[in-house]
Amino acid sequence: MNSVSPLVPSADEELLTGWGRTSPSRARVARPVDITDITVALDRRSPRGVLARGLGRSYGDAAQSGGATVIDMTGVKGFSLDPATATVRADGGASLDAILRAIVPRGFFVPVTPGTRMVTVGGAIAADIHGKNHHGSGSFGAHVRALDLLTGDGRLLTLTPETTPEEFWATVGGMGLTGIIVSATFDVIPIETSLISVDTERGTDLDDVMARMLARDSDYRYTVAWIDSVAASGRGVITRGDHARADQLPAGKRASMRDYDPAVRITAPSLIPSGLLNTLTVRAFNEAWFRKHPRQRADEVQSIAAFFHPLDGVQEWNRVYGPRGFLQYQFVVPDSGAEVVRTSLEKLARVGAPSFLTVLKRFGPSNPAPLSFPMPGWTLAADVPARVEGLDRVLDELDELVAQAGGRLYFAKDSRQSPEMVRRTYPRLTEWQAVRNRMDPDRVFTSDLARRLEL
Amino acid sequence: MIDALGDPQSVLVLGGSSEIANATVLALPRARLRRVVLAGRPGPALDAAAQRLTGAGVAGVMTADFDAANTASHKQVIDGIFDAGDIDIVILAFGVLGDQMQVEADPALAVEIATVNYTGAVSVGLHVARRLRGQGHGHLVVLSSVAGDRARRSNYVYGSTKAGLDAFAQGLGDALAGSGASVLVVRPGMVRTRMSAGLPEAPMTSDPEEVARVIVAGLRKGKHTVYAPGPLRFLMTAVKAVPRPIFRKLPQ
Ligand SMILES: Cc1cc2nc3c(=O)[nH]c(=O)nc-3n(C[C@H](O)[C@H](O)[C@H](O)COP(=O)(O)OP(=O)(O)OC[C@H]3O[C@@H](n4cnc5c(N)ncnc54)[C@H](O)[C@@H]3O)c2cc1C
Ligand SMILES: NC(=O)c1ccc[n+]([C@@H]2O[C@H](COP(=O)([O-])OP(=O)(O)OC[C@H]3O[C@@H](n4cnc5c(N)ncnc54)[C@H](OP(=O)(O)O)[C@@H]3O)[C@@H](O)[C@H]2O)c1
Repeated sequence: MNSVSPLVPSADEELLTGWGRTSPSRARVARPVDITDITVALDRRSPRGVLARGLGRSYGDAAQSGGATVIDMTGVKGFSLDPATATVRADGGASLDAILRAIVPRGFFVPVTPGTRMVTVGGAIAADIHGKNHHGSGSFGAHVRALDLLTGDGRLLTLTPETTPEEFWATVGGMGLTGIIVSATFDVIPIETSLISVDTERGTDLDDVMARMLARDSDYRYTVAWIDSVAASGRGVITRGDHARADQLPAGKRASMRDYDPAVRITAPSLIPSGLLNTLTVRAFNEAWFRKHPRQRADEVQSIAAFFHPLDGVQEWNRVYGPRGFLQYQFVVPDSGAEVVRTSLEKLARVGAPSFLTVLKRFGPSNPAPLSFPMPGWTLAADVPARVEGLDRVLDELDELVAQAGGRLYFAKDSRQSPEMVRRTYPRLTEWQAVRNRMDPDRVFTSDLARRLEL
Repeated sequence: MIDALGDPQSVLVLGGSSEIANATVLALPRARLRRVVLAGRPGPALDAAAQRLTGAGVAGVMTADFDAANTASHKQVIDGIFDAGDIDIVILAFGVLGDQMQVEADPALAVEIATVNYTGAVSVGLHVARRLRGQGHGHLVVLSSVAGDRARRSNYVYGSTKAGLDAFAQGLGDALAGSGASVLVVRPGMVRTRMSAGLPEAPMTSDPEEVARVIVAGLRKGKHTVYAPGPLRFLMTAVKAVPRPIFRKLPQ
């Protein structure tokens, strides 16, 4: 008898992780290029279910699903701009990178961009991503006019906030668990130039940084603060800006004012021993970074890539954290819980978790999506290496403070919170689950994140 | 799922009352543990183990009937446990030592030891491997022994089953390479548990808690083989190099 060993992997399987390179799991990966391929992959799915994956920029286990069929959407990537209505209709796998390259020279910009442009439209909707303009413009989902969703039983639904609000908002922020976003139409904003006019100010300590943000953030479309996580003071640099108008540029620059070339500059060496990134090197980096910025500067002109996506200039920078990988701890707390920002910085410093990237931002109002992360208040994001001893306990302590303050963690960054934490901090989870159960009664869509957090 | 910081949510112990395995469960990070299945022969030892873990604050402890010698039942037992939810860490801990002198007098006893330690482990090990591979993640921890590194007069039947088990577990680890699932082979020296009670202490004898710490560290670092205590690795390299005529004369 010629039986097949259940231990031999089939050729279409891959070990997948998120951007943080922690907790790998193996899945069958399908690479469709159109909706017919997607339907075939859905039909031939593993008994353990299906999940759509974009560019894998979520940090934890949101875009992987052990033993399941993972549909890599990046081959389904067509899109078109309609300048008359200022909308883009894009396939779920189209990247913001490709879209920006096409629409910026034509005088348009995406409504929301995260700190990397290497995300897909599907991933942007499923995580309901936010950008430096959240306080004024909300998250990505607020700009989506309609989306086409492929359900587990092979139906293609057109969802809009007006005609199918429950299904639409369950899919926005739904982390891929309601179906596959095959395409979407979203608003884009007109811009006169491809440059950003940037104002910079330094804050001498955390209170100073936060006071400056409270005072002036609403005057700007885009704002964010970088915090020096190793300096005890919590000093920081606030950068704020808006798309530069043509009349803000010197005459010589106007001819090329919509040029857009976000070139990748260097690749991070893949074999940096993880020990190299320690509190000392981060301290040196942070000192240089802080000094690099003037105490105050107005109307500096920066490129889109430099202002929004500085890390995209370094390919595979996620490897510098070594083989054990890293995570990003990102929480939001209402203004009444502002002191959690300071406590969390102190606790992370004490456990010896060096972070280059510690970013503080203010959020504006939430949208109707039950699982959307943003709420009005402060959001802090800090990258930390997973190898740090005792990090699990410290982060659990922080979770407790975040929950007590009425805040929560971001699914797109999470790789370690507990199911109880989610139940406590996403009070509309059961409401979302009811809609999801209706949309996906057989629970075809699942992910490692969903299993871990019992979503 | 084992999270980004190495904290597991679910553990299955085969040989649920094993003192080493129970110490290992207690040594694992506990904050995310929500399901601990102690699979073993039903009886007071198994129930007491479950009570002890629960009493120590471990969440979700339950028992399941499992007899290593009853290989015909293994598929159903393992599928039943995995069907109820993914398992992050499986500890294959069952084993019997036997008395060498009795075993030589009654080969049927040797068959029993071989059936549990080797045949039973190969059977259930393959079922577990199939399920770990199917879920695309998870660790199988196999309790081998330094007794398998070199046969000794005093316990060579036991030692031979551990040698076979060890080779099986290594090969299984290779078969699973890249599957998301992995195998950790653990080679303790003598450990102070009921299994070794009454026997003279060998060099580098340890407590179950020490073995547990080595296992947890090995899992965290993604090791394939660990000795417990660690330096035993070097002692065993030396022991294996001793020529037979001399080895035979050493105190066993
Ligand atoms: C350097 C960096 C900076 C970042 N900055 C920010 C930031 O400022 N703001 C912010 O909000 N986020 C930020 N992120 C996170 C990132 O924006 C989100 O994780 C985003 O979802 C990634 O998109 P992706 O295409 O890579 O999706 P993936 O990571 O591949 O998937 C994310 C989720 O979307 C689902 N999904 C993907 N495609 C589809 C589809 N077609 N249909 C249905 N579900 C789908 C997946 O199942 C998964 O649950 C950043 C990440 C990095 C690496
Ligand atoms: N102690 C040592 O010195 C030492 C050294 C090296 C390696 N090891 C190995 O480490 C493992 C754990 O041993 P331990 O020290 O923790 O001893 P232990 O407490 O005696 O554990 C042995 C376990 O095996 C179980 N078992 C025996 N026969 C079984 C069967 N037919 N089906 C199911 N379970 C069965 C026992 O269950 P019952 O309660 O039902 O009997 C017991 O739970 C063993 O594999 C042993 O060989 C031990």
